[in-house]
Amino acid sequence: MHPAASVILFTVTSGMGYGLLALLAVLGSLGALPPDPGLGLAGLGVALALITAGLLASTFHLGHPERAWRALSQWRTSWLSREGVLAILSYPPALVFAGGWVLAGRTDGVFALAGWLTALLAVVTVCCTAMIYASLKPIPQWRNRWVMPGYVALALATGAVWLALLAGVFGVGRGPANAIAVLGLVVAALVKLAYWRHIETAAPIATAADAIGLGGVAQARLLERPHTEENYLQKEMGFRVARKHADRLRRFVLIGGFGLPLVLVVLASSVPAAVSVWLLALALAGTAIGALVERWLFFAQAKHTVTLYYGAATV
Amino acid sequence: MTAIAPNTTGRKLGLVIDLDTCVGCHACAVACKEWNDGGHMAPLTDEDPYGTEPFGVWFNRIHAFETQPTSGCGGGPATTRTLHFPRSCLHCEQPDCVTVCPTGASYKRAEDGIVLVDEDKCIGCKLCSWACPYGAREYDYNSGTMKKCTLCVDRIYNQNLPPAERQPACVMVCPTSARHFGDLGDADSGVSRLVAERGGVDLMPDLGYQPTNKYLPPRERRAAADAAPLADAPGGADIGQRLLGWVDRLLSR
Repeated sequence: MHPAASVILFTVTSGMGYGLLALLAVLGSLGALPPDPGLGLAGLGVALALITAGLLASTFHLGHPERAWRALSQWRTSWLSREGVLAILSYPPALVFAGGWVLAGRTDGVFALAGWLTALLAVVTVCCTAMIYASLKPIPQWRNRWVMPGYVALALATGAVWLALLAGVFGVGRGPANAIAVLGLVVAALVKLAYWRHIETAAPIATAADAIGLGGVAQARLLERPHTEENYLQKEMGFRVARKHADRLRRFVLIGGFGLPLVLVVLASSVPAAVSVWLLALALAGTAIGALVERWLFFAQAKHTVTLYYGAATV
Repeated sequence: MTAIAPNTTGRKLGLVIDLDTCVGCHACAVACKEWNDGGHMAPLTDEDPYGTEPFGVWFNRIHAFETQPTSGCGGGPATTRTLHFPRSCLHCEQPDCVTVCPTGASYKRAEDGIVLVDEDKCIGCKLCSWACPYGAREYDYNSGTMKKCTLCVDRIYNQNLPPAERQPACVMVCPTSARHFGDLGDADSGVSRLVAERGGVDLMPDLGYQPTNKYLPPRERRAAADAAPLADAPGGADIGQRLLGWVDRLLSR
């Protein structure tokens, strides 16, 4: 599948934002983080800014962005529509929770309730994003049980590294924030490894013969395409990445996106605050770039059954 | 509404495509382009049509495959054949292209099962084209909307056309009558009988889309002995005998 920059940016930044929002909401509501107004303003501000920027980025690839409001109408059947509806529904409780934390200095009582609701909606919104992909039957690399855990784990891991950095900057709750970042990075790395293993070992869902209705009766091989130049289907769904590049990028994601940030967060826990902030900033940069590369691979390595009509032997 | 409404009439309009007689002439693709460029989902934009990288929207594309039976004659060049494969929207009974649409622009008509796009509601997110395993939908970068086969909805009900011409353009034009149009929901219709007689198949049925359009697989080749060179036939090399032998074989197929 063609890795469109706007969709990659959207899913990574909004995932990051929802991850940070969910963690702040849960830790704040539990009282694990003190309602420090600086951390609240910066943390919830960054989370909502990332979410909003991501949602806006998602409209850039539309043919008619001015009609985007229509996408809220078909939530009964469409995961894309559900994602939009839940994204909007998550704003009011998030704003109530943020108001309580920043203005009233409270994250208990009704504000804790708003916090739990915020966290729930944030995670469910990320699940909807994942389901947009996981519901597409023609793409086996997307329609499998590891896609939703991958989206949620990556959102929480990237959000957790953001939280660790902000906790370091404001000197509040550094211990729990760093611990959660370490846990998030480990879980995300394991889920991505499991996902890669799955797509390597899963049996193909169709052959070229199946695509032309001769499955089981004959073998088929494309002889001639219908046209000399690439068409929309090939540009959009025929994207391929060389195996050796994919392997290299996976190693980069594992080392630069998960491993190195993990080491930096651990180091940051045992050095003076002034130094640790720089280490955490570096960790965030690594995680963010790793997440972008991982999402690019998620698209680039996805094969669509339509490629069977254009030369692929199996999908 | 993108939820699939229960079919109220039982009518399932669609195509039956005979892979045995299709000769891959692309006439159906050209006729489709010609009609639909001014039809319901017009225009079928072409970008750089006479340049080095022509790019455009087509509802119908004809692929050529090399096929070989997996069992039977033992393989080898004698059993290899070229198969021309016209590909267009199958107007599925479970069209995920419709259910994934976030705006309700994509819909399946309850009265006859035709899958259409409301160009005024389409936001151009392209998700429907990802959800179609068969590559039936093509995006028009010029209009910023998705386009697809309409089953010539503007021909088949068109009161301004003589009844005989109320068929999709691709069916009208096919020089070998490899394309048939009709109601696949009616077991007694011509197309349904054709599917029953010839063992019509669905494309990639395991994916669960339940296509309405059916494909008729190529017929079995004549037995090897029947296809023996003419010189070996009774009558030897005599031209009259050979001609009779040829006529006999042709008529007895």
